[in-house]
Amino acid sequence: MKRLLASTALMVALAAPALAQDQDTYTPDPNATPGGSITITYKDDVATLDPAIGYDWQNWSMIKSLFDGLMDYVPGTTDLRPGLAESYEISEDGLTYTFHLRPGVKFHNGREMTAEDVVYSLSRVTNPATQSPGAGFFGMIEGFDAMMDGSATTLSGVTAVDPQTVQIKLSRPDATFLHVMALNFASVVPREAVEAAGEDFGRQPVGTGAFRLAEWTLGQRLVFEKNPDYWREGVPYLDQITFEVGQEPVVALLRLQNGEIDVPGDGIPPAKFQEVMNDPAQAEHVVQGGQLQTGYITMNVTQPPFDNVDVRRAVNMAINKDRIVQIINGRAIPANQPLPPSMPGYTEGQEGYAYDPEGAKALLAQAGFADGIDTELYVMNTDPNPRIAQAIQQDLAAVGINASIQSLAQANVIEAGGAGTAPMIWSGGMAWIADFPDPANFYYPILGCAGAVEGGWNWSKYCNEELDAMATQADSISDPARSEERLKLWSDVYAKVMEDAVWAPVFNEERYTMKSARMGGDDSLYVDPVSIPVNYDYVYVTE
Amino acid sequence: MAGYLLRRLVQSVLILLGVTLVTFFLLYVLPADPVRQIAGRSATAETVESIRRQLGLDQPFWVQYGRYLWNLLHLDLGRSYLQRSNVSELIWARLPPTLLLMAGAIVCELILGLTMGIVAALRRGTATDNGLMIASFVGVSAPQFVVGLLMLYLFGVRLHWLPISGYGTFAHLVLPSLTLGILGAGWYSRMMRSSMVEVMRQDFIRTARAKGLARRRVILRHALPNAILPIIAMIGIDIGIFMGGIVVVESVFGWPGIGQLAWQAIQRVDIPIIMGVTLVSAVAIVLGNLLADLVTPLIDPRIRLR
Repeated sequence: MKRLLASTALMVALAAPALAQDQDTYTPDPNATPGGSITITYKDDVATLDPAIGYDWQNWSMIKSLFDGLMDYVPGTTDLRPGLAESYEISEDGLTYTFHLRPGVKFHNGREMTAEDVVYSLSRVTNPATQSPGAGFFGMIEGFDAMMDGSATTLSGVTAVDPQTVQIKLSRPDATFLHVMALNFASVVPREAVEAAGEDFGRQPVGTGAFRLAEWTLGQRLVFEKNPDYWREGVPYLDQITFEVGQEPVVALLRLQNGEIDVPGDGIPPAKFQEVMNDPAQAEHVVQGGQLQTGYITMNVTQPPFDNVDVRRAVNMAINKDRIVQIINGRAIPANQPLPPSMPGYTEGQEGYAYDPEGAKALLAQAGFADGIDTELYVMNTDPNPRIAQAIQQDLAAVGINASIQSLAQANVIEAGGAGTAPMIWSGGMAWIADFPDPANFYYPILGCAGAVEGGWNWSKYCNEELDAMATQADSISDPARSEERLKLWSDVYAKVMEDAVWAPVFNEERYTMKSARMGGDDSLYVDPVSIPVNYDYVYVTE
Repeated sequence: MAGYLLRRLVQSVLILLGVTLVTFFLLYVLPADPVRQIAGRSATAETVESIRRQLGLDQPFWVQYGRYLWNLLHLDLGRSYLQRSNVSELIWARLPPTLLLMAGAIVCELILGLTMGIVAALRRGTATDNGLMIASFVGVSAPQFVVGLLMLYLFGVRLHWLPISGYGTFAHLVLPSLTLGILGAGWYSRMMRSSMVEVMRQDFIRTARAKGLARRRVILRHALPNAILPIIAMIGIDIGIFMGGIVVVESVFGWPGIGQLAWQAIQRVDIPIIMGVTLVSAVAIVLGNLLADLVTPLIDPRIRLR
């Protein structure tokens, strides 16, 4: 099902030139009742609600409910649908996108949103002074390089044709462009509110979204209230959402059991997972779903012994993935390729490297390492990652690879990975979760040459120019009739990555969201691929 | 006295300067690049360098440290890398809850510790004495994380007497104060016991008893004021111990104080916040010690400050 939905998303992304129209066929839940309020808890403070800056899974869904972009996703799915753009057209050459804005959309400050706001917002996010972590996504838009080097302050490829029409010119055809327009970074913000708040716009957000910020008491709570002027008919259902921060996940679970809160935002604590799932009364309030995530071991291909492909293959064969999945209470499925199963381009039936310690030993001997290998495995120091690393360590030891574990804070592991000083890294806690549901998002930053630079996220430092060319070729196919061809190309790219055994993919994590008995709405809203933990705009309460 | 105060204040400033230097240096050599964190995983090399320049993180250590001190002189603690807010604002918002929690903990440790100590001293050698001293031993040695969770489970989840977590009412204050205060209560009961035992042996107590004063009056009017002296001086020093405890207690009870802020910042390597919280804690400890030293001669005229 998920696979089907994801392919549909791609079809939309590759919508027919000059004819793309509103694909929004989503029917909200007929049983939904408006009104009421819910409480969500988090351990950490909310960082910022500035859509150009916020880039963690906690504020991502909050920002989604405060702001809108030209494109959006059908709730609970990875299907694109128009957002602030009512409709759009794509030129024959795939280089010009014309978006027609919805009339009468108002910002929370009461002003009507126009095409100029879109131009301002996209220029703001690509302006280096904004320090947006998402600026790099907009590289396909004309004028991006001039923004980056500081020679321009307006993104030249984006123009307001009239107050209701925006035209965006690309410097190269890019099949992922509409997904980029659905990222939070592409949200439309009002210039006057940004300028008035200055550096504090992230604390005083003004958007067009279903909710607006009513209160933010630092370190304690944020309160969102319903936007009565929201442009989508009938939503949101909830009048108010309270986010309480500073709540330990274990305590949050106790409060949920006590009926004090509705959703523990950090999920079910690993130590309590079995207890919850073995208790039918609690398990019935848990919703399970897939994630666009893969947990993997990177091997630095620029240094011995991992510059030898046989050693990397041996590592792949040495890992007992089923056992590692057991360590995390079965909250994942074993992986055999970089892409997660719900991602378009995933190769069904690919076997990957089967668990075969004897075969691994033979390969190592053949590669000249019969006497064993000493190496290091870097891992983030929060549970369950050190336990997973120990399992990996044992599996490797069984074939003669002695990996000493370097358990460090997240920032230190990322640093070592970027600098290329870590021979092996277990990606847990920092693993790649897709920014948008397209195979391209799993390649360029973590497997392509662009990410293999000093400080990049390609921790294997694998740079295969032939594959980069194949990837570029795939993304230049913007004709929907050829989408299968594009996916086939991507599938081949990842098959080659596995042949070179750049990573040892270990598992794809599943998501488990727990909710109070009074929460209503389809299960898919509680495992929404783009809104974690829940899609705030469409859930409701039954009492 | 004024000379003493001046000398102590100069000392304090030097200590604080040392704390900033050591912390700044440790965070500087930490193998984690804040710019990478800000820039995110899809940033280009140009973006990263541009952010590094904007934040001045491309400058040598002494320039960065000098600038930090200069800003500090203007009461500017910098901006958080991840929360993108002024650090002083973040700390200021969290100071009242922490002060409230500390006050609650001091009340708890005094009431619990002094009562236990006095009772134990008066019943010296009995089963009550032994029981109380074992309890104080447990109080001193039990990890606050465990004590907090146990109390939370017992009074919040099982008995429903008190809220599990949060901030705002008196009921919310009870469990965290108790958890934070139990450690001090353990110390105080032991100190109070030995101090009381010591005082009760003094000649003036024997005289008072010999005069025919009631036992109750002897204890409350004569013994207690003398026995309590060393304890009061301890409260100032306690602030330092609290600074460690609040990190744990505030996290367990979801108490929105600076301990929680520190814990989050450490986990995410948000350097400006770590610097700010360290500095504020150092100020609190230095002030606490100074107060303890200043208060002692006031309550015991035999001690003179020079």
